[in-house]
Amino acid sequence: MTTRTSLAIEANGLVKSFGETLAVDGVDLAVRAGSVYGVLGPNGAGKTTTIRMLATLIRPDSGTALVLGHDIVAEAEAVRRAISLTGQLASVDEDLTGRENLILLGRLLGLKRPAAKGRAEELLDAFGLSEASGRLVKNYSGGMRRRLDVAASIVITPALMFLDEPTTGLDPRSRNQVWDIIRALVAEGTTILLCTQYLEEADQLAEGIAVIDHGKVIAEGTPAQLKASVGTGALHLRLLEPDQRAHAAQMLDQALGAVTLAPDPAGLSVSCSDADRAAEAIAELARSGVRIADFSLGQPSLDEVFLALTGHPAEESPAEERPAEESPAETVPGELPDPEQERAV
Amino acid sequence: MSKSMAPTDLTSAADAVAVRKAISSVSRPPPASALSAALTFGWRGMLKVKHVPEQLLDVTITPVMFVVMFTYLFGGAIAGSTADYLDYILPGILVMAVLFTTVYSGVALNTDLTKGVVDRFRSLPIWSPAPLVGSLLGDSVRYLMSGTVIITLGVALGYRPEAGIGGAVAALALVVVFAFGLSWVFTTLGLLLRTPSAVMNAGFMGIFPLTFLSNVFVEPETLPGGLEAFVDVNPISILADASRGLMQGDAHASDIAIVLIVAAGLTAVFAPLTTRLYRRG
Repeated sequence: MTTRTSLAIEANGLVKSFGETLAVDGVDLAVRAGSVYGVLGPNGAGKTTTIRMLATLIRPDSGTALVLGHDIVAEAEAVRRAISLTGQLASVDEDLTGRENLILLGRLLGLKRPAAKGRAEELLDAFGLSEASGRLVKNYSGGMRRRLDVAASIVITPALMFLDEPTTGLDPRSRNQVWDIIRALVAEGTTILLCTQYLEEADQLAEGIAVIDHGKVIAEGTPAQLKASVGTGALHLRLLEPDQRAHAAQMLDQALGAVTLAPDPAGLSVSCSDADRAAEAIAELARSGVRIADFSLGQPSLDEVFLALTGHPAEESPAEERPAEESPAETVPGELPDPEQERAV
Repeated sequence: MSKSMAPTDLTSAADAVAVRKAISSVSRPPPASALSAALTFGWRGMLKVKHVPEQLLDVTITPVMFVVMFTYLFGGAIAGSTADYLDYILPGILVMAVLFTTVYSGVALNTDLTKGVVDRFRSLPIWSPAPLVGSLLGDSVRYLMSGTVIITLGVALGYRPEAGIGGAVAALALVVVFAFGLSWVFTTLGLLLRTPSAVMNAGFMGIFPLTFLSNVFVEPETLPGGLEAFVDVNPISILADASRGLMQGDAHASDIAIVLIVAAGLTAVFAPLTTRLYRRG
């Protein structure tokens, strides 16, 4: 299908462990140049470690990877010339101003001082940060910091950009801004490897998705394929009159399948893979006199994806994926999730 | 869900056309040279002094207090008069003030590591020790500032270096060169320890006794035999002697040579070690 030259990332059997903890356990990836590729998984699944290997920050224990045709170990320098990394924690210097951050990177990437200054102004304007350009980054909002972070990654436009959870912790408005910037980057030809915990984010942006769990790719495909394998999610309903819930549950059970009653006495949901059937069921409820306050047909959450793919919900693995991960004493041995760290669904 | 569900909100904060234009409007130059990258990181260090001047204040106030306290409290008892003791102690306090500042190089590096920005630096196509060398170059300017404060204070209190401004500048330069070498020890520590405060504690646990068990405050002849022997070979004593000598115009070339050799030795051992630890992440 795809030829080797059109792949921006080609990873085979990447393995990395920290002390006793196997963080990445044989990851294969093939990312087409010019596309957004999503790596979906919970905290500690091995996403960040995979990115850090591909971005030449750490060496794989075994396995190989070519990034834009260059080996990540033997030709790390050539890889670094073509990539940029936007890490999970904002990769900007909090004790400098936004403008200083961009000038710093411009200078390091080889721009002369006036060119670096000009470039900084251009990016600050384009990313709506001009007014805040003279403020220290530690006083920025989460959304501003992320925009600056992305701007810092394109001081010199990279051929490949690693984005590690770019919208975690952002409000919906800031999240949409970041998404629009990502789309603009792709439109200009940059390949993006996007790590995320949100299926919706991968669905919005990515051409292909790999689902990763406990250091392994457990499913791969287009967002449509992935959703087809797990269902489009759930129909959530809230009734005006809680008394009618039992009746509504019975009807939905017949029309769509097993109904879950929400903690809210007027709420209920049912897994549903077809918007048309959901619409019919709602219409039928209305005809039978059930009064509906609101309803929504939601994307499957990461938990639902994991439940469908693995039979267990997404769990946070014990290995925290920060730089401290490489000191053995910090990591907890074993692959079993700590029950206290399980995500509340 | 259809993609139109996410409304385009770019116009309010970031302009889509401008973003696309900014993406395509620059071509990649050759990466910065090793020197240019290191100087750029030095500039970053300077900016931090500008934005977080408390850092400098912390390390300057203690030595200032020491000058004042030792001179007026103990000066008469130790050297017969406060003026005589000031002559003795000032070059020593200069050494202490600057060496204390070196601990902060390790603290700053450790603080950096807890933040995402280091990952970005490490993914850049630059000479890999550049962030470290650059920070220490920047720190050297801080050492200079801290040293200048001490000398100025000394002059204000009546200290007059016999070798004049030239002697004071030479002493300051020698102390800063030694501090550059010593700070590699603390950057190594900064990469090995977990938290900035652990680096600070361990650093001062080392530098504090080493500074006091030297001839910075007292003539070693007054000490018990074993201690005197240690104080005599302590590089900080030799640095203090050299700096006194330079200020008075009677420095021994051997003292200066030993100081430079120790500084070079520390750099030769700890600079590659720091770089390796830093590269490993």
